[in-house]
Amino acid sequence: MTSESSDSYSFNILLVEDNPGDARLAQEALTENHVKHILYHVDDGLQALDFLYKKGEYHSSPRPDLILLDLNLPKINGHQVLAEIKSDESLRKIPVVILSISQSEKDIERSYELNANCYVTKPLDINEFIEVFGRIQNFWLKTVKLPG
Amino acid sequence: MEPNESSLHPIEILLVEDNPGDSRLAKEALKESKLKNNLYVAEDGVEALNFLYKTGKYSIMPRPDLIILDLNLPKKDGREVLAEIKNDDNLKRIPVVILTISKAEEDILKTYNLHANCYVTKPLDLDQFMKVVRSIEDFWLTIVKLPNGKNE
Repeated sequence: MTSESSDSYSFNILLVEDNPGDARLAQEALTENHVKHILYHVDDGLQALDFLYKKGEYHSSPRPDLILLDLNLPKINGHQVLAEIKSDESLRKIPVVILSISQSEKDIERSYELNANCYVTKPLDINEFIEVFGRIQNFWLKTVKLPG
Repeated sequence: MEPNESSLHPIEILLVEDNPGDSRLAKEALKESKLKNNLYVAEDGVEALNFLYKTGKYSIMPRPDLIILDLNLPKKDGREVLAEIKNDDNLKRIPVVILTISKAEEDILKTYNLHANCYVTKPLDLDQFMKVVRSIEDFWLTIVKLPNGKNE
């Protein structure tokens, strides 16, 4: 999984998404882009936190390099997950990309208030969805330096 | 249907960069953007904060929608500027892209912990530098939803 050369480093991406269709599309979109990665997927906010805190079935999960977080989640919503990540000393440095259908100014402002790294609206069109994912991947996994 | 007013407003970008060559290049790259934008340049950390707090001659300056911040700045270091921005209730929501020469793990870690939105290393090669600024522009101006609804 990990390797000496950064060229063959495999990024761990955590996708927090309750819609199975969107999750599958995300997986496809990320694969199409050919940046070496492993995608971990959870479908609610509590599982996301369990994954990050390595609890229960997630005890051997890796620390993600990037988190893609939907806002509308069952059990606890995306903003609550975000708040928890960004106030935790060891998790806060992990970049969190909010990916949501919502275009509401309130949701956008709140996300930045809670220290989301960026907010991206999920396109409804499949091709646009794939393209946006590609751009997210290119920017965060190629252009940006991620914390170690 | 009425056109969305906010989409007619240019995106205000504050570049905090002490190297005039780099800021000139960045300006060139940002001019190419499909989205109207205004670039303001502060050449040191104190000027950057005066701009953001609208003190003195900066009283009429707009609040930036995006900040591109070098770390190694005269007068006040970029890391301190970042900490101040992200601790201020009015400024903290503004995305801050760190664009700096340093590749030091320590710097990368520290700035993410201070809630820098992302960290980009400045290439030494001029063409690569322009390419990186275009990538930043492409992502932050066209893909990302910025707070304040400027690029809806």
